[in-house]
Amino acid sequence: MFARVSEADFSQQALFDELCQHDKASQSGAVVTFTGRVRDYNANGAIDGIELEYYPGMTEAALQRLLDEATTRFNLANAGIVHRVGRLDNQAQIVWVGTCAAHRQDAFNGASYMMDMLKQSVPIWKKEWADGSPTWVAAKGTDSDAAMRWLTDDKDN
Amino acid sequence: MKVKFFAQIRELTGTASVEMAVPENATVEGVRQALMARGPSWQEALSVNVLCACNQTLCDGATTVSEQDEVAFFPPVTGG
Repeated sequence: MFARVSEADFSQQALFDELCQHDKASQSGAVVTFTGRVRDYNANGAIDGIELEYYPGMTEAALQRLLDEATTRFNLANAGIVHRVGRLDNQAQIVWVGTCAAHRQDAFNGASYMMDMLKQSVPIWKKEWADGSPTWVAAKGTDSDAAMRWLTDDKDN
Repeated sequence: MKVKFFAQIRELTGTASVEMAVPENATVEGVRQALMARGPSWQEALSVNVLCACNQTLCDGATTVSEQDEVAFFPPVTGG
């Protein structure tokens, strides 16, 4: 498993290879990866890149906790997560998650779970730039709803 | 005790971290109240929409803290 915060860009192929090299992952029939990119607009119009701030130490620990939770919950053979910070241009890669599992549904669910929970529980804050000035992004209700879906599942099980 | 601030809270207060003395049996909420008494910008930054962590784990205001702890205040997260 790997959880990283990085200013540098990442190679999807390199991360995929790293994910699949793991001993247990070599037995997996399913690998799912997700890459998030910077959109070039928000609700008010065009934007010109973003800037991400994080809490060194706590952010990495929170990402690792997400990996542990997803691995247990969806019986993953391996999982990884990389989140970039600093100033990012439109269309830049922001975040990558990858999962290996015996079957595809666990791999899809594990990746989806990590992305939904990341938006709720990992200390990273986003600013959007437009017309030369930055605005902090407000937390979205739809992100809470997505995370609540998993938490409600917990209650039902 | 070290107290850290992030994102809007860091910008509004103009402060990334402070060292402050805390009384015995202090709580995170007590720390927040003491910081808000520092002035209008602190009041504005820490009055609403604030999450807190103790030793890099999310906590609530009732959590007790001592000199050795690291406390942080920040807005709801927006990563991903």
